[in-house]
Amino acid sequence: MIMADFWERYSRSRSAVLGLAILGLVIFMAAIANLIFPDDPFRLAGQPMSLPGTNGFLLGSDTLGRDVAAGIAHGAKTSIMIGLVATLASVFIGLIFGAFAGYYGGRTDDLLMRITEIFQTIPSFIFAILLVAIMKPSIESIVIAITVVSWPGVARLVRGEFLSLKNREFVQACHTLGMSDSRIMLREMLPNCLSPIIVIGSLMVATAILIESGLAFLGLGDPNIMSWGFQIGAGRTMLRSAWWICTFPGIAILVTVLSINLVGEGLNDALNPRLRERN
Amino acid sequence: MSTKLLSIRDLHIVLPSGAEREFAVEELNLDLAKGETLCIVGESGSGKSLTARAIMGLLPAPHVRVEKGEINFDGEDIVKISYDRLREIRGSEISMIFQEPMTALNPVMTIGKQIDEVFRFHVNMSSKERVQRSIKLLEDVHLPDPEKLISAYPHELSGGQRQRAMIAMALALDPKIIIADEPTTALDVTTQAQILKLIKEMQLAYNTGVLFITHDFGVVADIADRVVVMQEGRIVETGTVKQVLNAPKHPYTQGLIAAVPRLKPRAARARSDETALEVRGLNKIFGGGRGLFGFGVPSRKVVAVKDVELDLRRGETLGVVGESGSGKSTLARCIIRLLENDGGKIMLEGVDLNRLDRAGMRPWRAKIQMVFQDPFASLNPRIKVGDIIAQGPVTQGVSKDLAVERARELMSIVGLDERAFNRYPHEFSGGQRQRIGIARALALNPEILIADEPVSALDVSIQAQILSLLDKIRDQMNLSMIFITHDLRVAAQVCDRLAVMRYGEIVETGATAEVFAAPQHSYTKELLAAVPGQGWEQETPISPAA
Repeated sequence: MIMADFWERYSRSRSAVLGLAILGLVIFMAAIANLIFPDDPFRLAGQPMSLPGTNGFLLGSDTLGRDVAAGIAHGAKTSIMIGLVATLASVFIGLIFGAFAGYYGGRTDDLLMRITEIFQTIPSFIFAILLVAIMKPSIESIVIAITVVSWPGVARLVRGEFLSLKNREFVQACHTLGMSDSRIMLREMLPNCLSPIIVIGSLMVATAILIESGLAFLGLGDPNIMSWGFQIGAGRTMLRSAWWICTFPGIAILVTVLSINLVGEGLNDALNPRLRERN
Repeated sequence: MSTKLLSIRDLHIVLPSGAEREFAVEELNLDLAKGETLCIVGESGSGKSLTARAIMGLLPAPHVRVEKGEINFDGEDIVKISYDRLREIRGSEISMIFQEPMTALNPVMTIGKQIDEVFRFHVNMSSKERVQRSIKLLEDVHLPDPEKLISAYPHELSGGQRQRAMIAMALALDPKIIIADEPTTALDVTTQAQILKLIKEMQLAYNTGVLFITHDFGVVADIADRVVVMQEGRIVETGTVKQVLNAPKHPYTQGLIAAVPRLKPRAARARSDETALEVRGLNKIFGGGRGLFGFGVPSRKVVAVKDVELDLRRGETLGVVGESGSGKSTLARCIIRLLENDGGKIMLEGVDLNRLDRAGMRPWRAKIQMVFQDPFASLNPRIKVGDIIAQGPVTQGVSKDLAVERARELMSIVGLDERAFNRYPHEFSGGQRQRIGIARALALNPEILIADEPVSALDVSIQAQILSLLDKIRDQMNLSMIFITHDLRVAAQVCDRLAVMRYGEIVETGATAEVFAAPQHSYTKELLAAVPGQGWEQETPISPAA
């Protein structure tokens, strides 16, 4: 019943539903990539620089004769996987930092927040490049780099929520009942700040996909895994003679990030209690 | 009575569809004459504030609007006039005083500037003249040092001074009507008495009609000439203040007035010899901000609780009374160890709780429990009512089944429906939520209950129910209670003994009847003298068992 209620509020926004539909398509494409393009996307599939729709290439081929469409389908897998894993990891770290800082306050808060600020002061994309360069480009190092640059935002958000919740009377009432700190944090406070965490998490997936594409474009992607950023990077020198090599992966990134942002905004509206009361 | 200033006929205000009722205000008729104070009394949701807003043309349109009827002000119908004319009327002919002076004043503008604005928008005056008028106004409302005050910002003034400045603004253009929407509700009782006196004085000086909205019958008795009682958007009774207060006709008014706690202390009960809780030399100092990385000494210190000594005997109710900022809530939180204190003893059954660490404190938690002030903030919105009540025993190691059984039992003790068990807190009203809070506190079978302003957020009729519930459970469970309140009427009803607090110190303790009959400390005398509606009390014979 709660789910039905939630869906009703979510579906009130048409753009949020559209975003969810597009995102569903992208995920579907990632899931069936191995079925429709069973071969390695790096394989030379035919004549190089074929126009879209010629030589059996739906979206054309690149300078080495790789299939752009196959690259996009397999790249979707990479993007979604990296987006999800990096977001989950950074939400987890951010939650721990933010919850402890907000709940205990004082010295603990000072210490944890100074650490968070150190990470926040370094421009995140440059920091991510640096990390990947140090660790050797691989899918693990990319996930780690994205996580390291994105958790501070979650930590600050969670800290703020916990700071305001800890002085609420219902939390104080739990103290007077003798409840343990971990139980208060997990059972009492966390459920009350889930909505903003879900929203920021959904938007972080989009940022993670962008960072991954950026890294791959600069040649810092995992050399064994097909990615949208890599495709654009490989085709960028041929932009004037073979526009399709860059354009289609670019559209894929645009559409996916846009759809995730739409979903995030829709979640925000659906979970925002103030909007809920107004209706 | 002289000429009619305002007459409202058959006013209907609609609420948006899906609201609790169709009309916020229905078939409302009222008249206000020059120099008259008309009080609109009612509980929350009775439509009294919307009526006031309708007169100012300040309804939150288009959701809430006047459906039909007329508001006749000096020959003009406010419902129909143009927006420009309405703007002219606002401030110059009808002005308003709001409940919360801090939010009604602009925090980034000086007081002088805000009064000046009123003149600038409505009359043509040189700036020098405006400054002089502003100073004169501040003088009229008895603000100290008006020349300096016009360059002060709202945050530099106390609550009472801010409300005085608001009144000065309202009076600036010598309006015909002043609408005061609960102007003293956010103020302390001594400040409230001064503001009421000021409003009365200004009204005499300017011969204004005052429409005074309040929920407090004490205030009504002090200030009103005539009274209108509203219930769910309808007027149920109108009359002079004597008629309504001393001989109410409508059963709703009778109920409301009966629910007002009398200022007569309850009959004294024998004091037990057994000590339940002893507090010795308790101190609490709040430190200010610390430097980078949290090192260094606190820069600013506020002593919130100073050398407090309390004796609570078995089965008695000890009232801690005082105004806001007196440290009474801090004291409660120190006793129950929600706040760490800065030295002192809290003796319970021969053990000094103050020396126990968190883990050591856990088994003692069950013995002292607390009921909180705000029934909306004190319950976790994501947990079902039954689980909220059962939480305590489960935490203390009672099996889930036993705890649930106990929770059901408690729900019937505090007068909640069995079906409430599986519902969420937001489905309940303020009074019901406070019952849930009480049930949660009782679930651990405490010996001592600390109630921090448990009824101050509730309407007067609900307040009476909760007070009698607290009385009932105290007797049933032989509880000792520390009852914190700012309302001396409530204190008189429930407390056996009183401790009067000011600036973190207890200035006087004694049996309630003694403190009321012969207050020793000058501050206690001041507090008692400031309780509104005392004149009314003397005229009315105390109704038996109010």
